[in-house]
Amino acid sequence: MTKTNKSLRPDGRKEDEMRKISMEVGVIPNANGSAKFKIGKTIAIAGVYGPRELHPRRLRLADTGLLRCNYDLMSFSVSDRKRPGPGRRDKELSLVSSNALTSVVFLDKYDMQVIDVFIQIPQADAGTRCAGICAASLALADAGIPMRGMAGSISVGAIGKTVVVDLTKEEEDWAEGATDVPLTYCPKTGTITHLQLDGEITKKDLFKAIDMGVKSAEELVEMQEKVLKEKYDGGALK
Amino acid sequence: MKQYIEKIGKEGLRIDGRGFDDFREVKIETGVSKKAEGSAMISIGNTRVMAGVKMELGEPYSDSPDEGSLMVTFEEAQIASPDWEGGPPSLEAIEIARTVDRGIRESHMVDFKKLCVKKGELVWKVFIDIYPFNYDGNIIDACSIAAIAALLDAKVPKIKGDKVLYGELTKEKLPVIKVPITTTFVKVGDFIMVDPSLKEEVLMDARLSVSTSGKDKINAMQKSGSGGFTPDEVKAMIDKSFKIRPAIEEALKPLQGGKK
Amino acid sequence: MTDEKKREVVIPGEVLAKGMEFLPGYGTHRVEEEIRASLLGLKDMKGSVVKVIPLKGTYIPKRGDKVIGEVVEVSHNSWSIDIKAPLNANLGIADATRSYIENGEDLSRYYRVGDYVYAEVISVGKDGFSRLRMKDRMFKRLDVGMIIEINPVKVPRVIGKRGSMVKLLKDETSTSLIIGQNGLVWIKGDTRQSELLAKKAIKYVEEKAHLTGLTDAMQEKIGEWKK
Repeated sequence: MTKTNKSLRPDGRKEDEMRKISMEVGVIPNANGSAKFKIGKTIAIAGVYGPRELHPRRLRLADTGLLRCNYDLMSFSVSDRKRPGPGRRDKELSLVSSNALTSVVFLDKYDMQVIDVFIQIPQADAGTRCAGICAASLALADAGIPMRGMAGSISVGAIGKTVVVDLTKEEEDWAEGATDVPLTYCPKTGTITHLQLDGEITKKDLFKAIDMGVKSAEELVEMQEKVLKEKYDGGALK
Repeated sequence: MKQYIEKIGKEGLRIDGRGFDDFREVKIETGVSKKAEGSAMISIGNTRVMAGVKMELGEPYSDSPDEGSLMVTFEEAQIASPDWEGGPPSLEAIEIARTVDRGIRESHMVDFKKLCVKKGELVWKVFIDIYPFNYDGNIIDACSIAAIAALLDAKVPKIKGDKVLYGELTKEKLPVIKVPITTTFVKVGDFIMVDPSLKEEVLMDARLSVSTSGKDKINAMQKSGSGGFTPDEVKAMIDKSFKIRPAIEEALKPLQGGKK
Repeated sequence: MTDEKKREVVIPGEVLAKGMEFLPGYGTHRVEEEIRASLLGLKDMKGSVVKVIPLKGTYIPKRGDKVIGEVVEVSHNSWSIDIKAPLNANLGIADATRSYIENGEDLSRYYRVGDYVYAEVISVGKDGFSRLRMKDRMFKRLDVGMIIEINPVKVPRVIGKRGSMVKLLKDETSTSLIIGQNGLVWIKGDTRQSELLAKKAIKYVEEKAHLTGLTDAMQEKIGEWKK
């Protein structure tokens, strides 16, 4: 039986369609800025502290500040419990997230100081690092940190031979093989600040995926703009 | 700030306007993490904590072949406070985890024998992992309520042989026999206050957490900080713990429905 | 109260003006012809200068700021003061009081850990490290009182034009108030009630800072709360 017009994707989404997204700003009172970002069943919560004194001293930079992300996949966020505490994957993603956002933020006035971004993932269904970076982008803006622009982060890739946007866990485990390409794009600087690939994909499909990813990132930034403005509507704090 | 706390303490008042025996409002939301077998996000005032329950199948300990087990962890997540440094867990964080764990374990809240799947071979191991999201004092009571709420929210997953089918839950809840409640007091100067807010906890001379269950049982206590309490003060705090219990039990009541 | 000047909320990266005749003011940056916002805040244009008024932000010390700080450390020749900036500030032995302090004196006789002081920022280093001075008559160790924190961005509003708002708050709540430019506020009243009332009023002004006619409205509001 052939399904011509029906979606290949288990949840019925179109190839270039992201899962349902919701965002909220100002969720952690102690933090200078914070945000919650939900995409499908994946939830990320980010909190920003800074600029503040940087410890340990050896990390201090003489003529610029440091943006330091800490990504933490919480133990009960996945089916098979993950031992609490930073594993190797968390450490890699912390660095990847820092590198995704550093060029987006103006750090030159913060010599020797740090802007700490903490990303917690309480519920994971693929795309967690991207959700974390989206949440972080909102939290940084909420904290009043100067930025060149907002950043959108999404996973693109392919399931079998179909190029898609925003893969779920089920799609990542696709029987015919899947390729996951998480990326972060800042529309205002026109640069991709984070890019990874895991799988096997043809050049043609990859180029298509990157274009789709950039477009999705632009959509994400539009949503972020809406959420930030609604919270501070006309200067009135909600 | 400490001088101010002591000054208004003479009038029986605290910096946020509460009386010495007033507990802040407790709010509980369950099912906040769908991958967990049970979860809850609770807040005491602005202190917010999330706890998740995960269950695994494993071999029982040789000295208790028909009993499951329980493990409680606490992560000192830096997102919750500007003052928490990263790195290995601080001594305070370890003390908090162990205090919360004792309150649950010593009350025999969970009937371990009912966690047995096959005697000598297969039992349920229950993990409760607690993460703070905003620290505004009294993390111990917040952690303890969150852990209990998550345990009450939890449902046993389906199994196939010795494999857990995560994501497929039965309607069966965990075998909870009773509900232990922890109440924490701090002493600032001469005054003893329940449910310390951030400044009160940071400036405290001494702190006591009392874990109670039922109408008159105490299951755990932990005194913290370098100052001291008189024996009368200790007895008064224990008495107050029983007076404060009912309000918190009320907040947890909606979670206790359903079959065991 | 009216929303007279309803300023537009802008996000980082948003284009505020196009053309080389415009000048990038606070909270903005130029990219070729465009002046773009760097911060989440309110767009403000005065003539050809475009700036963004931040809605939030950590206090960054400026020379001349009058601030309230908590003594966190006492050494043999200086104090370390937490002024809620990225770095703690330093108060040196020669700048600490109107009188002369001998070398070797126990500095905690003057200001101890936990004390709050009202001081002036005399210099800010490139790395954000600031120095304080308390030589002028108005700067001193503060008596034991309630300390609250407000968003430093809202301080001008809480002070008001020529101090009109802070004067009203003091009169209506019967308290003494000192508002540090770093967002720390010291409140002292004869009763706890008066201090809590002052705190409530200050928090209200902080929240409604963008609205005009607030000073007049506060008198009424505080009157209502007193009942």
